Amino acid sequence: MTDLKNYRSPVENQWCPGCPNFGILNAVKRALVDLDLAPHEVCLVSGIGQAAKLPHYLKANVFNGLHGRAVPAALGIHVANPQLKTLVISGDGDLYGEGGNHLLHTFRRNPDLTVVAHNNRVYALTKGQASPTTPRGEKTRLQFDGVDIDPAQMLATAIVHGCTFVARGFAGDIEGLSKILSRAIAHRGLSLVDVIQPCITWGRHSVDWYRERTVPIPDDHDPTDREGALDLAIDVQDRFPIGVLYELPAKAAFAETYRERVGDGPLYALPRVDRSILEGQLDRLTVGL
Amino acid sequence: MDRSVFITGAAGEGIQTIGDIVGRCFLSHGYPVFATQEFESRIRGGNSSVRIRVSTDVRNAPREDADILLAINPRAREHYAEALHPDGLLLSSEGDGVTIPFSDLATEQGGKAIYANAVAAGALCAAVGLPFPVLEAVLTSAFAERGEAVAAANVAAAKRGFERAVAKLGDQRAEPLPERDRTYALASAHDVIPIAAAAAGCRFISAYPMSPSTGIITRFARDPELGAFAEQAEDEIAAINMVLGASAAGARAMTATSGGGFALMVEGLSLAGMIETPVVIVLAQRPGPATGLPTRTAQEDLLFAIRAGHGEFARAVLAPSDPQEAIDQTIRAFDLADRYQIPVILLTDQFLADSSFTFDRFELPDEIPPARLADPDEFEGEYARYAPSESGVSPRLAFGQGGRTVCLDSDEHTPEGHITEDLEGVRRAAVVKRREKLRRLRGEMRGPSSRRMDDAERILIGWGSTRGAIDEAVDRLREDGHKVGAIHFIDLWPLPEPPPQRDAATYWTVEGNATGQLAQLLRGEWRWRID
Repeated sequence: MTDLKNYRSPVENQWCPGCPNFGILNAVKRALVDLDLAPHEVCLVSGIGQAAKLPHYLKANVFNGLHGRAVPAALGIHVANPQLKTLVISGDGDLYGEGGNHLLHTFRRNPDLTVVAHNNRVYALTKGQASPTTPRGEKTRLQFDGVDIDPAQMLATAIVHGCTFVARGFAGDIEGLSKILSRAIAHRGLSLVDVIQPCITWGRHSVDWYRERTVPIPDDHDPTDREGALDLAIDVQDRFPIGVLYELPAKAAFAETYRERVGDGPLYALPRVDRSILEGQLDRLTVGL
Repeated sequence: MDRSVFITGAAGEGIQTIGDIVGRCFLSHGYPVFATQEFESRIRGGNSSVRIRVSTDVRNAPREDADILLAINPRAREHYAEALHPDGLLLSSEGDGVTIPFSDLATEQGGKAIYANAVAAGALCAAVGLPFPVLEAVLTSAFAERGEAVAAANVAAAKRGFERAVAKLGDQRAEPLPERDRTYALASAHDVIPIAAAAAGCRFISAYPMSPSTGIITRFARDPELGAFAEQAEDEIAAINMVLGASAAGARAMTATSGGGFALMVEGLSLAGMIETPVVIVLAQRPGPATGLPTRTAQEDLLFAIRAGHGEFARAVLAPSDPQEAIDQTIRAFDLADRYQIPVILLTDQFLADSSFTFDRFELPDEIPPARLADPDEFEGEYARYAPSESGVSPRLAFGQGGRTVCLDSDEHTPEGHITEDLEGVRRAAVVKRREKLRRLRGEMRGPSSRRMDDAERILIGWGSTRGAIDEAVDRLREDGHKVGAIHFIDLWPLPEPPPQRDAATYWTVEGNATGQLAQLLRGEWRWRID
């Protein structure tokens, strides 16, 4: 049985004291323990940013790659070893901005991955530029006259593209978030969890401001109801429905056909393709045999 | 015997099919061919050609002139007329030369217009002295999958073309070509790279379609026997990052692209160097800059491949010069990538991708080195992915292997793989580690091959796909009394220790670019004089 202790990491934490990222870290650990996953069975993939440092702060396999490129890396890891539980954990700038194209097309692929976005509406590590989810009009360290375009709507985009599990969480509610994450990770297919994560250094609003504006998604919301999910998804910027917006039964798994041929184990454990088969292919290049 | 046949027409008119059929006819009759393809970046129309060189001895180099020109349409005739020898033979659909109405002959007796290709193939075979039964056998085999009726219809159309050509050519028809009891194999470099990669254990390829590299991922996708998962990425940035993820999880993985796509992969290349994860990248060159000429050939990306990627890290750059070498270098690429935990770039080009070379046969090397993941049981305590190592290479585990956790980081990192800004200690050691890999890698690299160098006073230096042409040029110059020799590079980075230069000889590089990239490289790295 796994325990929270198993996930302890000695790495020095670089987050601001009191950062809601700590809440997300705790929720992730709890979810992994809840699912009885051991650290070596988990692979956390991140890009660059404060959020993207999370994988270093617990014990697990870690691929802390390039800014915006966590999703494709995670895809490669997942196909190469589907026995790993692979999670993408990164910020909104990384996942929705720099990496938006990869997320978009991965909604279409529906691999068995979980994507956790720390949505703090700012580029914190680079000190305060707007992110794709910064509300229109908000003044930032680069948009001095206020952001003059509308924010991206990634949850709605996910739903429209048939992402089979879409949820919103709140970093200030560790218990609730860990339950959402457990469901997201257990879900077979792509899960996107957008976590409202107030930034206490660069953000416009306090954690309490956000807490007052989170509302649980009503119990009578049917998670297979696309229209209802879209209503809950479209970010009105000062009201945050929290919970599972959309959940579809598992569709055909990404790389399923290939896996039917080679089995479920890691690719590195497969024997090489029979040499005689390949020599046969080269022989067939001979004309007139 | 050394004859050059140009088959010309518009895109969509079956030029490649005719070329493929006629090429196979020569081969099955016992004659090696070398065929290049020349086409525009479009789907229909324009001008394209397949150029077949047939000879008694294997000559894997192109000719720019034609002894026989087959023009499927009048525009092709005009466009390629200059290439034809004054006393060469022109076979065309109408107008000058020997006219064979390919389409009309195709639709005679209820045939379909598409059989015009077979008609043309028939006419061409007649003109070059191939007996009809050879063509019949090749067509029957080529169309076997489509059923007897289709095969028979093609044979009938070919026969009409053959007979019409015999009638019209009269004396102009070549002497019958005697059959030779030789078998040959025909392939392009990109036909065989996937097979070699599979032999090396490649299980994952992700790529974005881009001429002239697309054939590589296509082959993997079409052929499950090769055993790899093939994913068309949404862009080249996704491709390289997917491949690195797969490799970090322990799978041998590769991608293929051209210059513009490689440009997008460059940050990923730097990532490979930083996280010390093996990857093989086929860079199939075409003329640039930017979109350039998508379907033409060039050697313009040598220095780009060697220098790409911010920061400093080891990589290898190999440039095979023919399909057999492409097999050997692909297998070597996976081995080098694995042993040094680096990216290895295989430089090819449109010429290598789309030309068909004749060899006696194509072979896998006897020994294919195994993959290099460490044994998880050999580590006491925590596993550190980047443990200090005299060679610069740390034993590598895949994620979760043997119950271990592995941490990789694109930031500068500690031996355990965590972010660090310890400049004096960790950073310094990491820089030295990465540099040491390059130093050791140099010891693996092979110098250039040489040919006819004994008394050479003028030395031609080439790399990659130009070898056939350069060697032939050297032979011709020698016949005319010039003391010319050639040296040819396959390993381009890192370069091994330089051999001595001859003071009395002049050195010229021969390469498909305007700024002399190999010359720059040799002057810089070897302090060679390039005249």
